[in-house]
Amino acid sequence: MTTRSAFDQELQELRDNVLRMGSMVDTAVGRSIQALKERDQSLAQQIIAEDEDINELRFKVEGDCVRLIARQQPTARDLRFIVAAMTIVLDLERMGDHAAGIATIVLRMGSEPLLKPLIDLPRMAQIAREMLRASLDAFMSETNEQEAMAIPDRDEEVDQLYNQIFRELITFMIEDPRTVTRAMYLVFCAHNIERIADRVTNICERVAFVATGHMQEIPSEAGTDVGIS
Amino acid sequence: MSITNSPHSGIKQKITVGNLNFFYGDNHALLDISMVIGDRQITALIGPSGCGKSTFLRCLNRMNDTIPGIRVEGRVLLDGQDIYSPSTNVVDLRQRVGMVFQRPNPFPQSVFDNVAFGPRVLGSHKSQSLAANVEESLRGAALWDEVKDDLRQDALSLSLGQQQRLCIARAIAIKPEVILMDEPCSALDPIDTLQIEELMRELKRDYCIVIVTHNMQQAARVSDRTGFFWLGELVEFDSTQIIFTHPSQELTENYITGRAG
Repeated sequence: MTTRSAFDQELQELRDNVLRMGSMVDTAVGRSIQALKERDQSLAQQIIAEDEDINELRFKVEGDCVRLIARQQPTARDLRFIVAAMTIVLDLERMGDHAAGIATIVLRMGSEPLLKPLIDLPRMAQIAREMLRASLDAFMSETNEQEAMAIPDRDEEVDQLYNQIFRELITFMIEDPRTVTRAMYLVFCAHNIERIADRVTNICERVAFVATGHMQEIPSEAGTDVGIS
Repeated sequence: MSITNSPHSGIKQKITVGNLNFFYGDNHALLDISMVIGDRQITALIGPSGCGKSTFLRCLNRMNDTIPGIRVEGRVLLDGQDIYSPSTNVVDLRQRVGMVFQRPNPFPQSVFDNVAFGPRVLGSHKSQSLAANVEESLRGAALWDEVKDDLRQDALSLSLGQQQRLCIARAIAIKPEVILMDEPCSALDPIDTLQIEELMRELKRDYCIVIVTHNMQQAARVSDRTGFFWLGELVEFDSTQIIFTHPSQELTENYITGRAG
């Protein structure tokens, strides 16, 4: 037994809750793409309803962090870890919102046929999910700064796919204005995934902060061609 | 040993300790300590019981001299002059480097006479200047308003927190340059403690303050720089913010997070 077993246990619980929330978000993203592919409205509704659980977990973690700061006077790595957990659940909550956003679009699209088979969108989502899992692994294992900073490199792939999707859909819209609505829906889906990948960069910055005590931005490529952020 | 030794520019170096080794007989109590203490700053010394921090503090005004069998090697410079050189006037030293102790220890005399004691010993007898000094010192210790209506009252009738502030007034009445504090709040309740800490923040405008404390949160709240002692060694010495947010030594981290010592 260490001199702070009770505190260590609470930190472990905090760790577990952040991981659990990340897992819920990962699942939500995967399912939102599945709902899109299969035009599954009831799955979409489920995703939207379950986003409430993600939001609740964020508030629980934030509350636990405040309580730990007030009662345990954390310092050094303990303090950095708790502060990082507080900000990571904020990013996770927004990522959950983006997944629910895709589900909302599925509901709006109704039973209209897809403009084209979905290839790039699921690919984008897959990369974003892999990045998310890697960032959470880095957080859990208290990895070093270099490993954490390397994860967002894959964001470039996501941005390139986004540009590709965007250009394709623009072409569709120009050639046939009747496709505008459906094309825009797909652009919004791509945008949601692109935002999810961007948020992973924030998580990696926090992991680097826990390791080093320094807050610094991981430089991104100079925007996407689309320029929407 | 990790030391960011120089206070950042703009802070004057008040006390420079160079390779200080201290022995109680055969017991090597302080091992090769080097540090620079800045003027107009609060430097806190933390570490577990028996780590040498109080021994070190007492080296700074040679209070250890009174203990038989001690031996000092190395240098302690006050404004560039080695206080352990044979030509040092120890009485003068202790006027320049004052001390406040863990248990408030006012003399069994009136409030006025407690504060006036030091100046009288130093030759001040004119009642007007003495009274002015007493008032200034009591104001400086944030005690004046509470005692001004009866300076003849017995010092021992004051509360513990007031007694400790009286001891601080007594220390500053002889116009020191440095104030050493050895766990000054250990005997006080939380409110008295916060009052003394507030007072320290005001005092640092005019004095170099070095405080030994086993209350880490106090060190974190009140000090500008913190030195961590462990088994007679200075493990790390840096800005308080760095020590408490990302110390460079694992031992420091283990100690301040409560997982060692």
